[in-house]
Amino acid sequence: MGRIELKGVRKAFGEVEVIPPLDLAIEDGEFCVFVGPSGCGKSTLLRLIAGLEDTSGGHIEIDGLDMTDTPPARRGLAMVFQSYALYPHMSVRKNIAFPMKMAGVDAAEQARRIEAAARALNLSDYLDRRPGQLSGGQRQRVAIGRAIVREPSAFLFDEPLSNLDAALRVGMRMEIGELHEQLSTTMIYVTHDQVEAMTMADRIVVLRAGRIEQVGTPLDLYRSPRNLFVAGFIGSPRMNFVEGEEAGRHGAHTIGIRPEHVRVGEGPWRGTVGVSEHLGSDTFLHVHGTGLAETITVRAGGEVPLRGGDPVSLAPEEGKLHRFGPDGLRL
Amino acid sequence: MATKASRTAARLMMAPAVTLLLGWMLVPLVMTLYFSFADYRPLRNVFEPWAGFGNYERFVTSSAFWPSVWTTLVLVGAVLAITVVLGILLAMLLDQPIWGRGAVRILVISPFFVMPTVSALVWKNMMLDPVNGVFSHVARLLGAQPYDFLTQAPLPSIVLIVSWQWLPFATLILLTAVQSLDREQLEAAEMDGAPPLARFRYLVLPHLARAITIVILIQTIFLLSIFAEIFVTTGGSFGTRTLTYLVFQRVLEAQNVGLGSAGGILAVLLANVVAIFLMRIVGRNLDA
Ligand SMILES: Nc1ncnc2c1ncn2[C@@H]1O[C@H](COP(=O)(O)OP(=O)(O)O)[C@@H](O)[C@H]1O
Ligand SMILES: [Mg+2]
Repeated sequence: MGRIELKGVRKAFGEVEVIPPLDLAIEDGEFCVFVGPSGCGKSTLLRLIAGLEDTSGGHIEIDGLDMTDTPPARRGLAMVFQSYALYPHMSVRKNIAFPMKMAGVDAAEQARRIEAAARALNLSDYLDRRPGQLSGGQRQRVAIGRAIVREPSAFLFDEPLSNLDAALRVGMRMEIGELHEQLSTTMIYVTHDQVEAMTMADRIVVLRAGRIEQVGTPLDLYRSPRNLFVAGFIGSPRMNFVEGEEAGRHGAHTIGIRPEHVRVGEGPWRGTVGVSEHLGSDTFLHVHGTGLAETITVRAGGEVPLRGGDPVSLAPEEGKLHRFGPDGLRL
Repeated sequence: MATKASRTAARLMMAPAVTLLLGWMLVPLVMTLYFSFADYRPLRNVFEPWAGFGNYERFVTSSAFWPSVWTTLVLVGAVLAITVVLGILLAMLLDQPIWGRGAVRILVISPFFVMPTVSALVWKNMMLDPVNGVFSHVARLLGAQPYDFLTQAPLPSIVLIVSWQWLPFATLILLTAVQSLDREQLEAAEMDGAPPLARFRYLVLPHLARAITIVILIQTIFLLSIFAEIFVTTGGSFGTRTLTYLVFQRVLEAQNVGLGSAGGILAVLLANVVAIFLMRIVGRNLDA
């Protein structure tokens, strides 16, 4: 079980209100990702749930019980920190055993769970090493192992992959995803990387300055962002925004169109190619001089023969246009 | 760029300093070694350059020798124990965000700035004195008989004074170590269900091991040569005569330089034995 509900949770550091009152329910077994730019309060929110910070107001319920003032150890949650926070003086085995030792689990059971976790996480060969002798990815796995053996009702991850290199990050992303499949335990995962959010989440919570901008499945957010912030934040490369006359033609203050929804070919928008990024599978064209916005980014096929300076004409897919009002909200 | 020429130049430029330092250390040691084998009593105009191991024999067999070794070890051990334990507690306390932390820190450090002679005098005359001392006033205020610390418990009194002087050093080193402990580790342990004492035992203490080692080794070196505190308070009587103090008495009071030098060399040997012993039990932490 692991249903977590935040009711009017608020957090202020002194005078500064980092999290204005916020309501959110995370369902049992869900993989929920908090995403938002750096400094928007994701970690603070996670730490409030963990109990590492005291709330300034509101209630936190876990499985229907009010846990607002329960110390972290008794909330039944396990956390994986960005810095891994392994105990440097203990071997991997002792690191993983530590929460069980504190809980008074008997030795045979400890050994069994360590064995299982080590097998699941490919750590069997490293159990007697110290954390200092492991690579970043292995340390991350030890941290996850230490969380698993507690058999928590929910896992909390705070940017667990941000210290890894790009290739490793993709691998670990899959591993954490598989772990969730296996355990089907609630997971709350904090990241500033919208790609991680899109690929891993059942449900994404987009935060800005401590406020929830939108909650929904990855495709919900992609298809119908509630406002300009979410529209710009989700999706890569960023959505193009056009204001003024062209937007007015569509009855909106601002229109947004994703790069993948603009076709190269006969169309109403004309400009010159600036930088073109050839990725092999795709080509990203940055088109200037359209008179609509400073640049319009277009995702074209991998074999597009256009280079910098070439004139180009563009056709937005009308059905994929997003329309926003003057207050930034979706129309 | 460490080219061959630049390395040679560096050696040349370091040479004067190295020579000076070597001379500085070696000359007194060699002279002491030389005198320790001589029968040298300047006031009686005796100078016999070679007296064999006679000085050593007399020094070791004198009735004062073993008690002085014991006193030295007790003094060093007690001060180490007190400063390390209290130092850890104070360091943990000063790491907390308490009100007026900056001022408290400076207060805690301040005994270190007081000269040993001065602090011993202050303790003797203003704190421990059975008539005028602060403790005796407190005792009288509570209706108790004032306690004459320096005659009733001379060694513990000196331990108290020396500990007071060295506590700031221990606290300072341990505080920097406490502050370098990763907060997330403590939080992880908190989530793992470790109560404060377990966090101390399994995280803080191992983290401090290296700093504790440094405190112990450095303090031992200085504590073995404690002198002013004994000179000022008890003058070496009532079982407070350490090896250092015994050497002082042999050289200056008995004017026997040869005998004193032999004692000095023995003190160096004792210091090495203690250091090796300490290295073996705590030195492992240095390469952890
Ligand atoms: N202990 C603290 N004291 C004061 N301000 C804090 C503290 N922790 C975080 N903040 C502030 O709260 C805001 C959100 O921080 P954080 O939750 O770490 O952001 P994120 O994890 O989304 O990058 C930041 O502006 C940060 O400066
Ligand atoms: Mg953060």
